[in-house]
Amino acid sequence: MFKIVSREVVGPNLISLRIYAPQIAESARAGQFVIFRIDEFGERVPLTIAGADAQTGLVRIIFQTIGKTTFKLALLNAGDCIRDFAGPFGTPTEIKKYGVVAAVAGGVGAAEVLPVINALKQSENKVIAITGARCKDLLILEEEIKAASDEFLVSTNDGSCGVRGIVTDVLKNVFNSQKIDMVYAIGPVPMMQAVADITKEKNIKTLVSLNPIMVDGTGMCGSCRVTVGGKTKFVCVDGPEFDGHLINWNELISRLALFKDAEKTALEEFKKSGQHHPECKCRQE
Amino acid sequence: MPPRIKMPERAPDIRNKDFKQVNTGYTAEESVAEAKRCLQCPNSSCVKGCPVEINIPGFIKKLAEGNAPAAIEILKEKNNLPAVCGRVCPQETQCEKHCILAKKGESIAIGNLERYAADFKLQSLPHCSGEAAKAEKNSQFSTLNSKLPLKVAVVGSGPAGLACAGDLAKLGYDVTVFESLHDTGGVLRYGIPEFRLPKKVLDSEIDYLKNLGVRFVLNTLIGRTKTVKRLFDEGYKAVFVGVGAGLPIFLGVEGENLNHVYSANEFLVRVNLMRAYEFPKYDTPVYKGKNVVVVGGGNTAMDSARTALRLGAQSVKLVYRRSENEMPARLEERIHAKEEGVEFITLTNPVKFIAGQNRCVAGAECVKMELGEPDASGRRRPKKIENSNFIIESDMVVLALGLNPNPVLASLTDGLNTDKDGYIEIDENFMTSLNGVFAGGDIAGGDTVIQAMGMGKKSAKNIHEYLQRFL
Repeated sequence: MFKIVSREVVGPNLISLRIYAPQIAESARAGQFVIFRIDEFGERVPLTIAGADAQTGLVRIIFQTIGKTTFKLALLNAGDCIRDFAGPFGTPTEIKKYGVVAAVAGGVGAAEVLPVINALKQSENKVIAITGARCKDLLILEEEIKAASDEFLVSTNDGSCGVRGIVTDVLKNVFNSQKIDMVYAIGPVPMMQAVADITKEKNIKTLVSLNPIMVDGTGMCGSCRVTVGGKTKFVCVDGPEFDGHLINWNELISRLALFKDAEKTALEEFKKSGQHHPECKCRQE
Repeated sequence: MPPRIKMPERAPDIRNKDFKQVNTGYTAEESVAEAKRCLQCPNSSCVKGCPVEINIPGFIKKLAEGNAPAAIEILKEKNNLPAVCGRVCPQETQCEKHCILAKKGESIAIGNLERYAADFKLQSLPHCSGEAAKAEKNSQFSTLNSKLPLKVAVVGSGPAGLACAGDLAKLGYDVTVFESLHDTGGVLRYGIPEFRLPKKVLDSEIDYLKNLGVRFVLNTLIGRTKTVKRLFDEGYKAVFVGVGAGLPIFLGVEGENLNHVYSANEFLVRVNLMRAYEFPKYDTPVYKGKNVVVVGGGNTAMDSARTALRLGAQSVKLVYRRSENEMPARLEERIHAKEEGVEFITLTNPVKFIAGQNRCVAGAECVKMELGEPDASGRRRPKKIENSNFIIESDMVVLALGLNPNPVLASLTDGLNTDKDGYIEIDENFMTSLNGVFAGGDIAGGDTVIQAMGMGKKSAKNIHEYLQRFL
């Protein structure tokens, strides 16, 4: 069993948990992920590590409540335990001195980009962080990202904070003002695809972090396979990060929808079950 | 000589709708009658066919006398997992093949008898195996135990790891098994379906090892969660690597990544390990295909095809590029699959998967094959017949084409040599290129459950010898 040591609400439907898992905290590197399972009936769900502290043994995960499992996880509090928590899985981010790096994050990606920014800074890169959300209230971890990076830029669709538009609008502005040596993107697939499209024109190396459907997470099942440069790769062991210019995005998008109906059924059943009653915390937040 | 007593099994049209066991096991009378057929040859050749060298005439003699508890004691001397082996070993190519009666007609049903003895123990006396293990440990091994405080790490809890861990624990070592998944058993749990090997039986076998003192640490991927070097730093004096060959092979043809084209590993992991057949009680979903195509001819292909039937498929077609004679699957599995309604389409190979709506698979374009000269494996090499293409309509494809060695541990362990195919290289003592690191099972080339167990046992023996230097 793995104990939840602290729980914070970091945004609407966005929860941050710190879980005591000293072995993972010690081994985790930027870009890697964990797989958790809440109880004996649970599915195995991958989440990018949002922070790891070898001193305290805590691993931080941040997630959005979307399906049954994330709703269930959101119901847990500090002091509660989850049954399984395994990792760190995947190949760590290739960290070296690139020069100037634009780290672009959308949605929950804003949390997951933090360890990468920290590692890039340690290798003496200048990091321009760009995060985007639909509106000001949905932006998360602004203070932490601002503190970790050299420049911090924001876009919101409604213009309530930063540039009115999407992250690629900000990125284009950055390209006009300075030379960028590498772009890192993490977030929803359409966002990463849009980033990769504009960096391709400019021939700027672009790493994207993929989160497809997985089961075991150790290279055993091939559920997470994705076509990169015409070759089949397993995201769980070959990735999760790949050259954004070589991804077959349409295939990735269609494979992500594989179990859409089943996911809907599971969530509806869960809501009917009464565990997710109208007064429950995850709705109030 | 009376005829061999057939294993009782449930009717095909009933069993193909649920996940309960297909073979129901001998009754006491049947076990005695079958055991009495054994000639008790003084130079018993059956033992030579057993990778773990079970005293076969010995345990059968006890069964003939109606003494199942004594039979299981004899089995457990060499085999830590008899209830598993009695169900999944290919006895017809091992012990039973060497049985003298096989030459005259029908060999002794050694596998069925092994299963009977093991199940008798598990069923008749709940927790008996656990207590037996404790008693065994206290009587025979207590003196050794105090002399051998040495720690040994076993990586992977599949058949190789379990066999190795059991033998080392019996020798008195302090054994910890590390498993990357959230449950023990490796392929025995995620690969072999409930209807062939109930999880309850596997759990009992693993409880026996726990009672021998073996510790299991789950959710730990050696190489990533901690390294092999770290294990030595933590005081382990030897490491056994039995991580299996988990990497599924794909055909490399067009359309292979369409939705609802699965590796057998994914399909079986969802159903067996994650219990997706009980969705939504269990959270993991599985697609229930209506017209399923399974590609391959091994036991995993049979398991996949029969699982698809049980999930409610209207038709399941098994496509194999050679003829049925060359299929690696056991005869029993082939017969069971056909009885249950799996249609075999042999000398046929997919060349392309056809996309339907939403990038979901709609069919498999296949070519007919013919057999040419024998290849390295001795089987006749299949050749494509030009312009023989045809389409099998299908909304779900399962590829059971075999596995490559999982590269995770080897690639993250400096100095651990692998061959050109990625298998870990071992010497005649099962030691790898790293001092104190041993390997066995699928990752070192042994590809059946019992071969893996044999390698695990031999590794345990060699680890014991290697560890003498620390005493």
